[in-house]
Amino acid sequence: MTTQRTSGRRKKAFAAAAAVAALLTTAACGGSDDNGGGGSKTGAAGFDAANNKVAQASLAKKGGTLRFGGAQDADSWDTTRGYYGFMWNFARYYSRQLVTGKTEPGKTGAELTPDLATGLAKVSDDGKTYTYTLRDGITWEDGKPITSKDVKYGIERVWAQDVLSGGPTYLKDFLDPKGEYKGPYKDTSKDKLGLKSITTPDDKTIEFHLPKANSDFQEVLGLVSASPVRQDKDTKSKYGLKPFSSGPYKFESYSPGKSLTLVRNTEWKQSSDPIRKAYPDKITVQFFSDANQLDQRLLNGDLDLDINQTGMSPQGRTTALKEHKANLDNPVSGYIRYATFPQSVKPFDNAECRKAVILGADHVSLQTARGGPVAGGDIGTNMLPPSVPGSEGQKYDPYKISGANKNGNVEEAKAALKACGKPNGFSTTIAVRNNKPVEVATAQSLQASLKKIGINAQIDQFDGSQTTGIIGSPSNVKKKGYGIIIMGWGPDFPTVQGFGLPLWDSKYIAESGNNNFALIDDKTIDGLFDKYVTTLDESGKTQISTEINHKVMEGAYYLPFTFEKFINWRGDNLANVYTSDNYSGMYDFVNLGLKSAITPRPPRRRPLTAGEGRGGVGGAPGWTRGAPRPRGGP
Amino acid sequence: MLAYLIRRLFAAAVMLVVIVMVVFGIFFLVPKWAGVDIASSFVGKQADPAAVEAVRQKLGLSDPIYSQVWEFFKGIFAGRTYSGGGDVTHCAAPCFGYSFRSEQAVWPVLTDRFPVTLGLALGAAVLWLVFGVSAGVLSALKRGTIWDRGAMVVALAGVSLPIYFTGLLSLAIFAFGLHWLDAQYVPLDQSFGGWFGGMILPWITLAFLYAAMYARITRATMLEILGEDYIRTARAKGLKEQVVIGKHAMRSTMTPILTMLGMDLGALIGGAILTESTFNLPGLGRAVLDAIKNQDLPIILGVTLITSLAVLLANLVVDILYAVIDPRVRLT
Repeated sequence: MTTQRTSGRRKKAFAAAAAVAALLTTAACGGSDDNGGGGSKTGAAGFDAANNKVAQASLAKKGGTLRFGGAQDADSWDTTRGYYGFMWNFARYYSRQLVTGKTEPGKTGAELTPDLATGLAKVSDDGKTYTYTLRDGITWEDGKPITSKDVKYGIERVWAQDVLSGGPTYLKDFLDPKGEYKGPYKDTSKDKLGLKSITTPDDKTIEFHLPKANSDFQEVLGLVSASPVRQDKDTKSKYGLKPFSSGPYKFESYSPGKSLTLVRNTEWKQSSDPIRKAYPDKITVQFFSDANQLDQRLLNGDLDLDINQTGMSPQGRTTALKEHKANLDNPVSGYIRYATFPQSVKPFDNAECRKAVILGADHVSLQTARGGPVAGGDIGTNMLPPSVPGSEGQKYDPYKISGANKNGNVEEAKAALKACGKPNGFSTTIAVRNNKPVEVATAQSLQASLKKIGINAQIDQFDGSQTTGIIGSPSNVKKKGYGIIIMGWGPDFPTVQGFGLPLWDSKYIAESGNNNFALIDDKTIDGLFDKYVTTLDESGKTQISTEINHKVMEGAYYLPFTFEKFINWRGDNLANVYTSDNYSGMYDFVNLGLKSAITPRPPRRRPLTAGEGRGGVGGAPGWTRGAPRPRGGP
Repeated sequence: MLAYLIRRLFAAAVMLVVIVMVVFGIFFLVPKWAGVDIASSFVGKQADPAAVEAVRQKLGLSDPIYSQVWEFFKGIFAGRTYSGGGDVTHCAAPCFGYSFRSEQAVWPVLTDRFPVTLGLALGAAVLWLVFGVSAGVLSALKRGTIWDRGAMVVALAGVSLPIYFTGLLSLAIFAFGLHWLDAQYVPLDQSFGGWFGGMILPWITLAFLYAAMYARITRATMLEILGEDYIRTARAKGLKEQVVIGKHAMRSTMTPILTMLGMDLGALIGGAILTESTFNLPGLGRAVLDAIKNQDLPIILGVTLITSLAVLLANLVVDILYAVIDPRVRLT
């Protein structure tokens, strides 16, 4: 193995040469082939044409090959184990659930609709029993019918965390909070269907008996971890290499980190599936180590879209915004980027000291460090993402973060410091992942702001791949003196529970894998979550969500940076494209179509030159395109 | 000769054992000292302590480090079985570990990726040897001429420009701009033409860097040798210039070139990370880069071993070739 020979001096020489080359190329190629507003010569629909609305739906034709590219493979393609947002989105090609998000743009996409089931749940027993009836004609890829027992078995696999680790465990928490069931691989019952809280009176009926009502239970059944799995096809830890399909496509080949190809599942019947349109004949995914290559292929028309959906790189998006604006969408991602203050580290046990940081920070500078209003997002003013019911967006701004204090309010911050008993400021440490250049830039921006109010913050860049073990351990956080932690979070499912429960409920404080970094132990917040899960009407849930958000902000546990946005590429040949809140602003993959079944010759576009690369050593860890984030995760 | 070979192979084996132990130390001991739990990185965001413990057992992370090293070596010859939570995974011999990230045994990954890297390294080596050595010899013979200066300026550019610049630039011009060459890798068993076409730019890019270095080394060595007494004697004897250069000077010049070639080829076979990632070639370099990104320790360990093995073998071959090229060298 070698990284080949380069030196610092050579790199500098390269940088200079690259800049010249980039300038020359830009000058030579001249203007744009697109007009940003209403479509382009290449057939692209226009800037933001698919953001919360459907672009070119009528142009979608049956057939062709839909070509994804990605800088990161899925954590697992096993429906039980996957946690990356794009994996959940893509998994609808080969898996079905009892209920799923509507295949419609924006907020509507986050509403549930029946999939394998004939209708939404019949809820009884004060919200503790959910009953579903399965549709006729639903089949596996070998033509055998999908039964209620297959659904139960698929859900039971979530209990086998010792074998199938990695995915969300909400179902386990909701259906078996005491952890009595040991999972199907340790199940001593003959049919391995020993989980008592799910019953299957017949092959068409499935009933869920919750020990305690939870108003988001159906949302959790809409996650891909609730997909059916057939017992005789369960290859346990290797299932993700070739999942057995219940959807319109099945795995043809998969080479981890290289490529994935799906072909039509000929046993799937359109009549049994009101959700999926299954336009293309074939779906391919090509993985890249060098994200520059990926952007270049997208710009060149060799690929239709990015499977990771984490936005283009700074250089790629600069070229794209300038030259191919009609191919771009700028959705809100559903993620909030923020700093949080572990109360175990003094003086952040004092709310006034926390407020001093919030008030003293230059929020515009933080937004700029995140990429600015287009690529970074709107200034975050509170902790509930705009896609979650109960969110008030920037209207709720208790610290005037996007208003009077947007450039930092030194006077108010110093007053807060005085109230905290630290009138001359204090020293602390900002913990930030070393593999996220944007987060490091944000930390530096915050450090500069805090200096103005007398807070001397050192930056500790920790190994980003070891986040769970480093900042997920409260004792380690205390030992290292991390007073400020920089992170991001998005909803697993679009409710306050799906977003905030692991962050804000004291029951979720854990010695390992902790996500309640601020160590919030507020009985009022805990009580509101308890009330939320037993509230069945939507307006009541929305009101509680708003209240929880207010309590979190009043406690000054967080400094929100941005309601994140990103720039995503939409290929010329794509049709029926729209972003969905169900997948945090990603394009809804499952109903993407192609305008032409024959892949058109790529238009000649100005290529990204070396000088416009993403910076750093090509392909080396630390590129700007972050690894796809787990749903809800960092 | 045989005794020499046996001695060298034994030394190589000892070296590999030391490398395995050092790599194990780096990846399994250092994080432990830093308070990082490797097992927790395998269980996802909602880390269930029982799941972390199960993963730890399955991976043998709670065993002492010497036991882990021993199990690793045993697996190479006898295969290995990983079990936990009712799931049994068998890794057939030669088992160089098992990636629980991608659920693949390491050895098939290495054998799948190796031909891509080998093709890249050998193809580029042919180019850089032909062009680099020729340019170096001609520069030395035409010292001070425009040819010499021009060749050395190009060589300087080649040495100075890193792969990720020349690679991206060549892609931008020849693949995405002029559409002369395809930037898509096609496996050799699918289409020879497709494979060859897809490899042209990576070969040229990689060879450009190395050819430049070889040209400079060849020129310097050749100039030194041309001043030696035996070259003067050969010329005084009335030998033709082609014979003086081709037979006498070239032979001595090739000794350091061969040393470099052994080292470079060995290192490249372990994965040309930048070239493979720039051109998206699914070789060992990309495999190890992805593994580093995903903290996939077994793959990193496997590729490190292959790299070490390749370097050791390449050096052994070079040592043997010394005797062929330079009769003064005796292998005893």
